[in-house]
Amino acid sequence: MDIAVNTSQSKYHVNEKGYFGNFGGAYIPEMLYPNVEELREQYLQIMADPAFQQEFEQLLKDYVGRPSPLYFASRLSQKYGAQIYLKREDLNHTGAHKINNTIGQILLAKRLGKKRIIAETGAGQHGVATATVCALMGLECVVYMGSVDIQRQAPNVARMQMLGATVVPATSGSKTLKDATNEAIRDWINNPVDTHYIIGSVVGPHPYPDMVARFQSVISEEVRKQLLEKTGKETPTYVIACVGGGSNAAGAFFHFTDEDEVELIAVEAAGKGVHSGFSAATSQLGRPGVIHASKTLLMQTEDGQIVEPHSISAGLDYPGVGPFHAHLYESGRAVFLNSTDNEALAAGYELSLLEGIIPALESAHALAKLADLPLKKDEVVVVCLSGRGDKDLETYIKHLK
Amino acid sequence: MNRIDQLFSTKGQNILNIYCTAGYPALHDTVTIVEALQQSGADMVELGMPFSDPLADGPVIQDSSTRAIANGMRISVLFEQLKDFRSKVTIPVVLMGYLNPVLQFGVENFCRACAEVGVDGLILPDLPMDEYENEYRPLFEQYGLHLIFLVTPETTEARIRKIDSLSKGFVYAVSSSSTTGKNKDMTGQEAYFARLKAMGLKNPVLVGFGIRDKGTFQAACASSNGAIIGTAFVKAIENSTNLQADIAGFVKGILA
Repeated sequence: MDIAVNTSQSKYHVNEKGYFGNFGGAYIPEMLYPNVEELREQYLQIMADPAFQQEFEQLLKDYVGRPSPLYFASRLSQKYGAQIYLKREDLNHTGAHKINNTIGQILLAKRLGKKRIIAETGAGQHGVATATVCALMGLECVVYMGSVDIQRQAPNVARMQMLGATVVPATSGSKTLKDATNEAIRDWINNPVDTHYIIGSVVGPHPYPDMVARFQSVISEEVRKQLLEKTGKETPTYVIACVGGGSNAAGAFFHFTDEDEVELIAVEAAGKGVHSGFSAATSQLGRPGVIHASKTLLMQTEDGQIVEPHSISAGLDYPGVGPFHAHLYESGRAVFLNSTDNEALAAGYELSLLEGIIPALESAHALAKLADLPLKKDEVVVVCLSGRGDKDLETYIKHLK
Repeated sequence: MNRIDQLFSTKGQNILNIYCTAGYPALHDTVTIVEALQQSGADMVELGMPFSDPLADGPVIQDSSTRAIANGMRISVLFEQLKDFRSKVTIPVVLMGYLNPVLQFGVENFCRACAEVGVDGLILPDLPMDEYENEYRPLFEQYGLHLIFLVTPETTEARIRKIDSLSKGFVYAVSSSSTTGKNKDMTGQEAYFARLKAMGLKNPVLVGFGIRDKGTFQAACASSNGAIIGTAFVKAIENSTNLQADIAGFVKGILA
């Protein structure tokens, strides 16, 4: 396995200044400069170290359970008239793709000599994945989570606590992911020396968007090998993934960006409808600006105040999108679609009944767009099934009627 | 001559700069507060342009920002409020805010409006030094607007020198690694202030973050040109029914 340390030649990946096209950078107050600079100076070097790579690979294999299967979904394929494969990130330890990144970052934090880990979480998947690796390495863990999300994702809060993490409610603003991220950044400002901040998505100041994408790129790296084995060809016609901040999509797209024949489909959360006022479809509603220290597309008022988004899925309930995705959108390299809350719920039920797999509501947004693509029978479609749906059971059941 | 430079050329020590969020506690209190601060003996005012996600600030200033936004404060409203304030206010005024609202207003429009109403300087903690140097510096200079950068105890000497070379007006020395209003212990910071002093910077230095009363103000002034008080002032006027009297009392408590 190779964790993609030498891939900057792609025009879609980060450049030497920390930008993806017009997006990215590090818009940080001076208080964060030493932390971010330390990381920027060292991340590629640490990731390229053979001892680091060996430890990372070993943990992904023995602890996470990688490679995750690429599953041919025959009944789903029959229904939509294509060859549909599911990349089963839901089968990873802790139930989502998030752990690929937290394993990488905890190993990095150890090499930087950090003693304390902080993280933000929306649905709780990243919080659980962070609490898990902190337990594994015996490091203190503090997770910031919006108080609204603490209510709607109670099982994940309990999991984090059982894993020894302290869960701190973010009570400012919309009390969701964006506010949890603000609080985590503030914690880091106040604890600049001993603490590493494990950001869970491809957002935040450079080098985070690039670093997280590289750790998640194991997804597309495996997909290529698995497709070659199963279809005789490394590239599919479509790769579909949901996008909130965009980490599973970044991982699923990473090794396909330079092959124009592969259609990259990013699916955002439309909430109650893109123009309903209750949506998180950033590419459709956003304009360029700065959020969480990165220049990217974000949902904002005319005055540049950040707008509170809405999605039924806490993991997609974010008013920005990673700069990698902003660049894929602006350059036209990826197509950005969106699914409403109801479309996602229906897709979640459909996959459960057709394939016996209950998907996370986030991943269900990606599945919901199978119906909208002009698929042909011999076309190969890879859907990134980023997480399992256990955490969303209550929401699914509430909408069963 | 920029009013900030004028101030430091006539009074080099014990400069008191007070921060307040514009449009707080009520939308139209902004100019009243600036005037009252001048009358009470403050040397400079820093007006905060409220932002929904103020990363460098603690809960008190964030709450004041949320309240100001709800009151209807926005950059265009602020410039409207400041239209004639120079007929009454002679002390330097700097605006502090986050980059995104300024970007959406348009950086050149913003600089022009500052020059028109008589704003002297700007603090944008999340504007990267390189971006200022490569993109915005000529605009700021054209409109006579001083950009003030921050340094912290963790900032290296080489970087402090670079920040000093790009800053105009003064350098904002964050007293400890923290968000605003944290009240971290200021003892043990003498070494940091002494290091700054020994560097012989071209700009005066004002200390901010954690300055909240006479004692902390005097301690900060002992090794710098003055200090900035924000959170304590914002708290002091939160429920004020007589701004003039409360502001006079607050400033007296610091300077007397």
